[in-house]
Amino acid sequence: MSLAKRIIPCLDVKDGQTVKGTNFINLRQAGDPVELGKKYSDDNADELVFLDITATHEKRKTFTDMVRRVAAKVSIPFTVGGGINELKDVDIMLNAGADKVSINSASVRNPQLIDEIALHFGSQVCVVAIDAKLEDDGIWYCYLNGGRIKTERKLFEWAKEVSDRGAGEILFTSMNHDGVKHGYANDALKKLSTTLPIPIIASGGAGCMQDFKDTFTLGESDAALAASVFHYNEIKIPELKQYLKNEGINVRI
Amino acid sequence: MKVAVIKYNAGNIYSVVHGLNRLGIEPNVTDSIEEIQYSDCVIFPGQGEASKTMNYLTSHKLDTVIKGLKQPVLGICIGMQLMCSHSEEGNTTCLDIFDIPVKRFIPPKRSFKIPHMGWDTLNEMESPLFANIKENSYVYFIHSYYVPVNKYTIAQNDYILPFSAALHKDNFYATQFHPEKSGKIGEHILQNFLDIAKEQC
Repeated sequence: MSLAKRIIPCLDVKDGQTVKGTNFINLRQAGDPVELGKKYSDDNADELVFLDITATHEKRKTFTDMVRRVAAKVSIPFTVGGGINELKDVDIMLNAGADKVSINSASVRNPQLIDEIALHFGSQVCVVAIDAKLEDDGIWYCYLNGGRIKTERKLFEWAKEVSDRGAGEILFTSMNHDGVKHGYANDALKKLSTTLPIPIIASGGAGCMQDFKDTFTLGESDAALAASVFHYNEIKIPELKQYLKNEGINVRI
Repeated sequence: MKVAVIKYNAGNIYSVVHGLNRLGIEPNVTDSIEEIQYSDCVIFPGQGEASKTMNYLTSHKLDTVIKGLKQPVLGICIGMQLMCSHSEEGNTTCLDIFDIPVKRFIPPKRSFKIPHMGWDTLNEMESPLFANIKENSYVYFIHSYYVPVNKYTIAQNDYILPFSAALHKDNFYATQFHPEKSGKIGEHILQNFLDIAKEQC
């Protein structure tokens, strides 16, 4: 198989600036999203994700303008998320030049939205983001609103439903691992990746280059997403890809 | 050089416009039959579902226009599939420029996921469209249906089975992958197409 494992920098955007939270709180500034996106594209990142973490109605236009500027400048695929609640929002983002949209809370509140996006725009456009936390009872529960609201939905049941409804990919963030920098939730990722017929993007926990290797081998993830290790230059993408290639992982160099 | 991008109900038309802009070209995005016919080359891009896009083309009389074009034409992704004879997606009769049917990927085991999504390699390239592109160069694919290898195949990829990454017949070129989303390699392929078109101006 020659399909490359993907490295995806994620840019959380608030009021037109990128930020990254540690365990979803305590945000720090890390630059202009368009410039940063272009830099990652030049560094051979495989895709980009832009998440609008304010997503209030007043700021929505700022984000749409940013999406337009990214599309003009960047020649690799990118996904946008945050504040996408209905088909109309998807249409606006795709028209602004995004390749895919990521939906999270809205899909839990209205699962039918996944079917609608798949039907109107195709499955390949629809990335469903799932934030989940492994609780003391040994069960992964899904959370909403950037990890602020716990639901009774269980990760693996929900992921199966999402896939059945026509999602093109699942972006799974482990809240236990996010920001901790001790590696991805590879046990859960492996279960998702081997039981579902769609690609799984690992998110939350990248701290060193080996964490990426482990999620591609142990976790069988199709793609690995990270933010702060890239934004603060702790890991450089060209070096990461060379490392992965030397370790026998199929990556695009 | 006048470059037309066909405007229809497929997604992602503007990403090819941005890609052309980065090469210094300002294309005309149009569904006007005259404007398409009088351009020096035509790009037929997009992402979408076969039956819906085909219905739109037929109802806007763009089907006969596209088939009748004499200048260089580049179909991309769903554009390429619509240039074939028939698609299993929505059991759709297509333009029949390439008399080859489009089939759905059937994964033989779990390790193959559908859609085929991400960066994969170009192999066995044989066309000026791929001038100076190295074997095994990575380009971006995103599709659940494929065109089998056939007499028009000018590049291949292997996912589940070898399939057509690109096609060529007379003035018609087509790529299954998205050159406009394939970084520098993709820009080079788009430039190659423009160079082919320039020679024929």
